[in-house]
Amino acid sequence: MVKQKVTVTINGTSHSHEVEPRLLLVHFIRELAGLTGTHVGCDTSQCGACTIHMSGQAVKSCTLLAVQADGAQITTIEGMAKDGKLHPIQEGFWEKHGLQCGFCTPGMIMSAAQLLERYPKPSEAEIRHQLEGNLCRCTGYHNIVKAIQYAAENMAKR
Amino acid sequence: MATARLMGSSIKRREDPRFITGKGNYTDDLKLPGMTYAAFVRSPHANAKIRRIDTAAAKGAPGVVAIFTGKDMTGVNSLPCGWLLPDLKVPAHPPLATEAARYVGDPVAIVIAESQTGANDAADLVAVDWDVLPSVTSTERAAQAGAPQIHEVAPGNVAFKWQIGDAAETEAAFKKADVVVKKRIVNQRLVANAMEPRACVARYEDATGDLTLWVTSQNPHVHRLLMTAFVLGIPEHKVRVIAPDVGGGFGSKIFLYNEETVCSWATRQIKRPIRWTSNRREAFQTDAHGRDHITDAEVALSRDGKFLGLRVKTTANLGAYLSTFAPAVPTYLYGTLLNGVYTWGAIHCEVTGVFTNTTPVDAYRGAGRPEACYLLERMVDAAAAALKMDPADIRKKNFIPKFDNGFQTKVALTYDSGNYGAAFDRALQMLDYKKFRAEQAEARGKGRLIGVGFSTYIEACSIAPSKVVGSLGAQAGLWESGKVRVHPTGMVTVFTGSHSHGQGHETTFAQLVADQFGIPMDHVDIVHGDTGTVPFGMGTYGSRSASVGGTAITMSINKIKEKGKKIAAHLLEASPQDIEYANGQFQVKGSPQKAVPFGQVALTAYVPHNYPEGVEPGLEETSFYDPANFCFPFGAHACVVEVDPDTGNVKILRYVAVDDVGNVINPMIVDGMVHGGIAQGVGQALWEGAVYDDGSGQLVTGTMMDYALPKADMLPMYETDRTETPTPVNPLGIKGAGETGTIAATPAVVNAVVDALSGLGVDHIETMPLTAERVWKTIQAARAKK
Repeated sequence: MVKQKVTVTINGTSHSHEVEPRLLLVHFIRELAGLTGTHVGCDTSQCGACTIHMSGQAVKSCTLLAVQADGAQITTIEGMAKDGKLHPIQEGFWEKHGLQCGFCTPGMIMSAAQLLERYPKPSEAEIRHQLEGNLCRCTGYHNIVKAIQYAAENMAKR
Repeated sequence: MATARLMGSSIKRREDPRFITGKGNYTDDLKLPGMTYAAFVRSPHANAKIRRIDTAAAKGAPGVVAIFTGKDMTGVNSLPCGWLLPDLKVPAHPPLATEAARYVGDPVAIVIAESQTGANDAADLVAVDWDVLPSVTSTERAAQAGAPQIHEVAPGNVAFKWQIGDAAETEAAFKKADVVVKKRIVNQRLVANAMEPRACVARYEDATGDLTLWVTSQNPHVHRLLMTAFVLGIPEHKVRVIAPDVGGGFGSKIFLYNEETVCSWATRQIKRPIRWTSNRREAFQTDAHGRDHITDAEVALSRDGKFLGLRVKTTANLGAYLSTFAPAVPTYLYGTLLNGVYTWGAIHCEVTGVFTNTTPVDAYRGAGRPEACYLLERMVDAAAAALKMDPADIRKKNFIPKFDNGFQTKVALTYDSGNYGAAFDRALQMLDYKKFRAEQAEARGKGRLIGVGFSTYIEACSIAPSKVVGSLGAQAGLWESGKVRVHPTGMVTVFTGSHSHGQGHETTFAQLVADQFGIPMDHVDIVHGDTGTVPFGMGTYGSRSASVGGTAITMSINKIKEKGKKIAAHLLEASPQDIEYANGQFQVKGSPQKAVPFGQVALTAYVPHNYPEGVEPGLEETSFYDPANFCFPFGAHACVVEVDPDTGNVKILRYVAVDDVGNVINPMIVDGMVHGGIAQGVGQALWEGAVYDDGSGQLVTGTMMDYALPKADMLPMYETDRTETPTPVNPLGIKGAGETGTIAATPAVVNAVVDALSGLGVDHIETMPLTAERVWKTIQAARAKK
């Protein structure tokens, strides 16, 4: 298979690799950039464990080819904390016990960031609706909702 | 004082910083030098003989390192079944099928390549010449005449026939009954769907003969023992099994599976590390499934609503092979729970386990106990409906009265302690039950279908007394280990045989240990999930970690305190009998100013210059705790639903949960497990179900697009509370909290839907999940009848 050069900036660092055109972006991130915080939980775009930010949008990195991301600016879970300080959403998940096994958590946090950009003061129903693309099997979502509410309050204060 | 602060406190989890920053360490994150990647060739047929496997084209594909079929694995045994019932039919279960494949997904070859895509591509080139045979997937049809026969050793596809209780006494109870209520109850098949798919990395080191297996396991020592001693015949002590961060288990990661066994064998052949990670489609096809019972149940009642007798006949689908603990689930984890929280005249239960051409069935969160609870709680409501009694009243009439130490049930178990009425009263109070019934009547007048459902459940956990389970067929002991190492500086490392895959052991066990020593929590570290560092342990399932694992740790702490007293007595020139441990120091009883701090005793143990005669240096103790009995958490859940009469859609309006799990280490973590358990129980009631096409044997619900997992917008906020009835079984008074929600929720939801439809004359819905379509059809049928 003819390989193509793909250059992607992830969390401010440029990553260039020759890749097969069929390579999924999530595998570029995990296997080539070595950032394993972005997870793969399904193969049908349901679970959202692979959610990242690309050009300011929360996207499922299992549903994009790496070649489609050529030249893109990407943020993954590893890029959310700044200068050793947790992002308010990360704080919220910790404070409100919004995670158990931790596998869905990176995708949840990345989705929640977009959610709060769109709805800075979200209702419970808005939070639940906006998380439609992220599955969690441990928490029953109760504390994930609380974590995002907590983050929303703290982000509004800042 | 540290003691009062830590136990019972909602302390934030110390494992969270790594998970919320993407620094978790899951099996698929591991990359080793020289690593290869595996893909499995699987049967696309439910029942087919293997005529020939042609690997020539695949072997020539780019990057292929090796391909193995079952015939290459000479000297390798069957995957073992770890629970043997009398006269159980145990068919061979080769890690790679050699003669025939018996379910869609049964692996027949492993393809190993330099890249994952290379392995996947080459797997597509392996040509299997199949002789496709008729198959049977239906639980009901499996043992009927004319069904395709799956294993020669199991005529009629029957794996076992099992019974518990007293048939004659039950028959007599039914003869005396004023009213008999009969129902068929189908408990559908589920798929656990832990968010992290199963995975393994196997690395053999030729120079030393050491094999390391990283695997998504809830019990690494059990994995190692079964794989080395029973299947591969390689020395147990030369194998190290590591279960790093594991992304949920819910039972599905207890069992020894084909894939890690084959990878561990294959790395010894190719002498390079191999990584295999299941994709979700493979997970649906090969992770052990749960539930799948069809039951005919009858309750004998007096006219005033006393429970005289219960008769249960269940067919349990075991799938194509016996998974590790499969026979225990529909028998000793099911029939023994049919007494529930009620006083019965008599109980008798018969179970037939059948083989089908489906994925093997084994423990899924609750394992047997949800099936028992669902059956009982559905029958209790059906009985109330038949007698025109309030479902709350019939429960109160039949509850076992409060007891502190021992209640003998009709089905072998002796409950530990219980106060069932109190938990139920609290739930009714939270619900404001009387007010709810008034509102319900008013809503009905306006054509709205609102209902409430109860579930007053009990479960057996804290698994399990070894002697008891051994006498019932377990091939393992079910104790737990706990090693406590006090370092010279007084810092503490604890090694537990329990394994955390979401439960938060690194936090709760640190709370427990810091409390008991009276030292700061950050002086305590918890190590788990590695056979190279942890003493042999049985792992985490059956809500056993805090109660069994925590008690093992406590026993080691007590041994350290006893040794410390001798050292302190020597330093204080006192007698050891006069020393007590309190507030982080060894002190003379009644004179706390005459004391040696914990850290000084630790240092003295390692620098024993001024040291008592006959005491060994060092401060490290290991204990193995075997519980004397199971523990029996209980509680009362109540669910309020509204059914849309036009679409059949069910909306949960309220969910109230009162659980009694005994003493609690970290309420935040217990609540979290209850929430997640409820979500899984609601999932079974309303949306989830694995469906096979009985003609082709294909798993129709084979992806997350087809199998409806609960999403955030399908679930409510949960209203939780607790009563606390400590268990007398272990010194911590902890019963166990991991499975209560799942066990309780399913009947609460289904009872609520039936209650909502009761005005239409509905008193039962045979099959879950209660999808909008099924509820709509129920409404239509009820209206047609009227």
